[in-house]
Amino acid sequence: MKRFFAWSAFLLGSLIFILPLIGMTEFSLSMRRGEYSFDAYASVLSDPQFRQTFTYSVVMALVTIVFGILLVVPTAYWVRLRMPHLRPIVEFITLMPLVIPAIVIVFGYIRLYNTSSWLPLTGTSTGTNILLMFGYTALALPYMYRAVDTGLRSIDIATLTEAAQSLGAGWVTIFGRVILPNVFVAVLSGAFLTFAIVIGEFTLAALLNRPAFGPYLQLVGANKAYEPSALAVISFVITWLCMGLIQIVVRLAPKPPAQSH
Amino acid sequence: MSLASPSTGRRLPTQWLGVAPFFLFAFLFLILPALSIVVGAFRGPEGGFTLANVAGLNTPNIRNAYWVSIRVSFWSALLGCLVGFAMSAAVVFGGLPRFIRSPLLTFSGVASNFAGLPLAFAFIATLGPAGLITVWLRNDFGINLRGATGFNLFSTTGLIVTYLFFQVPLMILIITPALDGLRREWREAAEMLGATSLQYWRMVAFPILLPSLLGTFALLFANSFGAVATAFALAGPQLNIAPILLFSQIRGDVLGSPGLGYALALGMIVITGLANTLYLWLRSRTERWQK
Amino acid sequence: MAEPFLKIDHVRKTFGTTTVVQDFNLDVGSGEFISFLGPSGCGKTTVLRMVAGFEEPTSGSIVVGGKDVTRLRPNQRNIGMVFQAYALFPNLTVAQNIAFGLKVAGEPRADIEKRVAEMLDLIKLQQFGDRYPYQLSGGQQQRVALARALAPKPKLLLLDEPLSALDAKVRVSLRDEIRAIQKELGITTVFVTHDQEEALSISDRIVVMYGGKAEQVGTPFEIYNRPATKFVANFVGTLNVLEGTVTDAASGRVKVGSGEVLLKDKLNGSKAGDTVSLALRPEAISLGRQPGRETTLGGEISEVSFLGSVIRVRVGLGQEAVSLDTFNSPASPPPAVGDKAEISFSPDDVLVLH
Ligand SMILES: Nc1ncnc2c1ncn2[C@@H]1O[C@H](COP(=O)(O)OP(=O)(O)OP(=O)(O)O)[C@@H](O)[C@H]1O
Ligand SMILES: [Mg+2]
Repeated sequence: MKRFFAWSAFLLGSLIFILPLIGMTEFSLSMRRGEYSFDAYASVLSDPQFRQTFTYSVVMALVTIVFGILLVVPTAYWVRLRMPHLRPIVEFITLMPLVIPAIVIVFGYIRLYNTSSWLPLTGTSTGTNILLMFGYTALALPYMYRAVDTGLRSIDIATLTEAAQSLGAGWVTIFGRVILPNVFVAVLSGAFLTFAIVIGEFTLAALLNRPAFGPYLQLVGANKAYEPSALAVISFVITWLCMGLIQIVVRLAPKPPAQSH
Repeated sequence: MSLASPSTGRRLPTQWLGVAPFFLFAFLFLILPALSIVVGAFRGPEGGFTLANVAGLNTPNIRNAYWVSIRVSFWSALLGCLVGFAMSAAVVFGGLPRFIRSPLLTFSGVASNFAGLPLAFAFIATLGPAGLITVWLRNDFGINLRGATGFNLFSTTGLIVTYLFFQVPLMILIITPALDGLRREWREAAEMLGATSLQYWRMVAFPILLPSLLGTFALLFANSFGAVATAFALAGPQLNIAPILLFSQIRGDVLGSPGLGYALALGMIVITGLANTLYLWLRSRTERWQK
Repeated sequence: MAEPFLKIDHVRKTFGTTTVVQDFNLDVGSGEFISFLGPSGCGKTTVLRMVAGFEEPTSGSIVVGGKDVTRLRPNQRNIGMVFQAYALFPNLTVAQNIAFGLKVAGEPRADIEKRVAEMLDLIKLQQFGDRYPYQLSGGQQQRVALARALAPKPKLLLLDEPLSALDAKVRVSLRDEIRAIQKELGITTVFVTHDQEEALSISDRIVVMYGGKAEQVGTPFEIYNRPATKFVANFVGTLNVLEGTVTDAASGRVKVGSGEVLLKDKLNGSKAGDTVSLALRPEAISLGRQPGRETTLGGEISEVSFLGSVIRVRVGLGQEAVSLDTFNSPASPPPAVGDKAEISFSPDDVLVLH
């Protein structure tokens, strides 16, 4: 009886996921009348705009990841090692993007950093790109920080740092050779999540007028019939790859030695 | 641990140097933007303090936009919580084979990040006018989905259903560890003391889970309250919900007053902020028994 | 024994293809305190959980108070249970935890309050009613768990290693407290442990389990002094085992090292040339000759450990060695390693293990 209810709940709930996935896959293959084909995919992939916007977003994602790591890892490390009393504040800040909608944040950017402001970032396309990258970093902050902080918790950073210092290592060495390799898995998890978030992001890119993949998706969605489904499948595969890679990294990684706390 | 020893006054500045970049970033790109919206909402066209912008929100159109947004977010969060809870409970307690668990969690990780435009496309391909299920019901059963049930993907109901695609997995991801945390001994002790399953859930399990449930609900609410892309792709700019109205306002000042736009954004912060404050308050009331 | 209060009759339990409990029989009298003692994985918990109703026996029956409960759900059995640890409801105060069983039974409020106060008295935690479990020590938590189990006046009390998560001192004081409360209430109790000292000190009778079977059921005195099987002899208490060769089965002569032991009629079934294991508790052996311990063997002291009031001495006997205890006496220094020594014991104390 219990098992019957459990299976029913599970299977009915799964329909919410499975049906749209089947729907989009089927639709993306139906461009040619009467038979399945990859025409929609061919059409998408041959579109130069697809390649341009996709490349733009991939580059943005990679830059965001590098910046995010450089921002988050030292902070999380420093807070854990030297300033544990700051943790509640830092955690509160990192959770803010989950509460303040992205559209409000970008609205603030446009008001603060427009051409007539004290820091006219939106005046040049490089400036706008940098602003967009900061925005993405903010969006990914909750995930990145959580991942890195969890990773740091599993190693004894105080001892590692002391050991490195006693061997005469400077801060750059400690950070690059000791801390980063030990939280590598956590950082990678955060990186893949960031990638998944940035690659199809729409609101920020559209409002800052950047030629990113998100606005391109919107354009195709408004004007084409089958291509959007093909793009949805591609996006889903990318998301799936990012999450799958996280799993693989986590599983392949050598387990850190057990800590006594 | 000599490293964590209290610092002398002389060392204080170098201590803070380590976190300075983070706080600078957070100030410039999170806190200041939010503050500037707040300030903008209370400043008139000539500068100077005014309440006119906030008062200006009280038009049928804007009131309606907020109200629809709140309803969509509330229902998608509530349904997301219920369905996610049911699925998670089925896997944790329902005696489903163990091998289901890990794929479900992985899949939830993927699905909770599959939002925005592609999600809208997937639902259009499934439940839209030419979607898989719509066509299937019409051709094989002679049922007109829209005519028979009044379901329209491009309405708020459609939006709620679509949002479930990321709300449910988010709930699963958060609540599964919480369900794992319910110790077998609690259930067995309750049973030994004569409690029925229902009594156990009402008096023990549910109160223990309540903080996580409330927290997840608040998160799911904020999650759909700020979502622009999916709604935009499903229903286009004319759908009257707060984030889309704000989107149009930022693009083209459709409200005809920049100050009103800031007030609109302020309203959104206030609502998600309220949802979270409510959560924190309820949690502090339910968590007396925690360390 | 009169009609047993708890009767476990030919109970078997298999999980898949592995048999975890095989043909388990036990009669427990009313008001009796029984311990299940055995190594990890021998099936103690499984038997207890079948009595509680969390597992259903593959075959056999369980009768409590004259009523067959084998197929009854746990919440209909009116049995109290205390778990190993952490089983208090964390969201309820101490008083609410104790009141839980009465509340779900729909007792009137006034009765519940009265009973909770009684129980708090019983476990001597009168001031702690409003605390939450996390604010209590482990020992206090287990006392509350005991009170919670006893509050609805169960017919039978089950305790599954309730002391194993506590530190040594608390363990001893709490076990005495449990026993005192049990005697005061006269409640039939089954207590699971893998600590022999615990079982020996508080039980009326002990069931020594091994590999899903009851190896021996008896009073602590019987279990310790007359172990029925080699397993019981080895598991309970420290044991010296000497290998010997039978030289004359009829008169019970066994050659041990260079000496000889005369066992009279203890060698039933052996014949000359067989090897037998002779087991002796350390306290059955004396250093030097003692009246009443007429068998002697010569050897050399190989190890001396000073344990305070007792000195444990190890004596080598050729291939073999035995441990024995002597009392510390401030007047005479302990023996030294390398000294020649003679040990003596009574053949009556020798356990022959086949
Ligand atoms: N649900 C189950 N499914 C399969 N095997 C089980 C199950 N429960 C117990 N077992 C097996 O039954 C055997 C006996 O387990 P049980 O828990 O009764 O041992 P125990 O004597 O209480 O040991 P311990 O002192 O470690 O608590 C063990 O080998 C265990 O692996
Ligand atoms: Mg056990």
